Amino acid sequence: MQEISLNILDVAQNSVSAKASLIEISVVEDSKAHTLQVMIRDNGCGMTEEQVNSVTDPFYTTRTTRRVGLGIPFFKMASEMTGGFFEIRSKVGEGTCVTASFRTDHIDCMPLGEIEETMYSLITMNTETDFLYTARRDETESVTDTREFRTILEGIPFDTPEVAAFIRNYLKENSPFRN
Amino acid sequence: MKSLEELRALKAQMQGKMGIRDDDDAKVKVVVGMATCGIASGARPVLTALADEVNKRNLVDVSVEQTGCIGLCQYEPIVEVFKDGEKVTYVKMTTEKAVRVINDHVVNGNVVMEYTIGAYQK
Repeated sequence: MQEISLNILDVAQNSVSAKASLIEISVVEDSKAHTLQVMIRDNGCGMTEEQVNSVTDPFYTTRTTRRVGLGIPFFKMASEMTGGFFEIRSKVGEGTCVTASFRTDHIDCMPLGEIEETMYSLITMNTETDFLYTARRDETESVTDTREFRTILEGIPFDTPEVAAFIRNYLKENSPFRN
Repeated sequence: MKSLEELRALKAQMQGKMGIRDDDDAKVKVVVGMATCGIASGARPVLTALADEVNKRNLVDVSVEQTGCIGLCQYEPIVEVFKDGEKVTYVKMTTEKAVRVINDHVVNGNVVMEYTIGAYQK
């Protein structure tokens, strides 16, 4: 993984698999404090205490094609190697919340990368799921709430070409991470 | 800055002239592996390139979908095309290869042999 935004895409795919109806993603950068905080929270099926304790183990996975599961361990490693912290909380039937912080002035901190492309592919490829995406860099904040899109569109799907193009531009033009 | 007002205007414009795509009726299915292995090797731009090309050409009976780990992590990004009852597996995909697969295989029916897993393993 070469970008934090790819880790976010990977972890958010777990929320999709957990059948979440709403996935909240927030990315908050404080350029003076040199910190970046990422949160991915869903209302999916959640995990048992035992599962929560094992997901950070690379040799734990629910899939059957391989005996390793690297998504969560990669994300944890990426944050901790910058001097940041990682936390995962979950409750069966309620959902899961993953938070990770990064020290952006640490030499091992990977770039945030194309977070707008991550959000674009999540929104347009999982059209039944709602996303609440908050992006903040210092004083500039932008919020993308697909529930608002849904109300306006009255049944026109997010992957319709014109709508998908709007969503991509909306994310890019409102992004606080692109100057 | 894009605003929700623009989306309202777009909605008004599209009203009535919408042919809604139904993925269940899709004649061709293009599936991208989007597990950790796929994402780490570059599946995100491949996925969006495929969807963009399908949208650009207005291919209403083609659906682009994602799946988990296909089990061949060393060949990621992997794209599977299901067409005419047949599955073709493309490996080590890039955005350029993705566009060609849509044009040659999905639209014109010519499998891009050199990108398939069979060609790669030789």
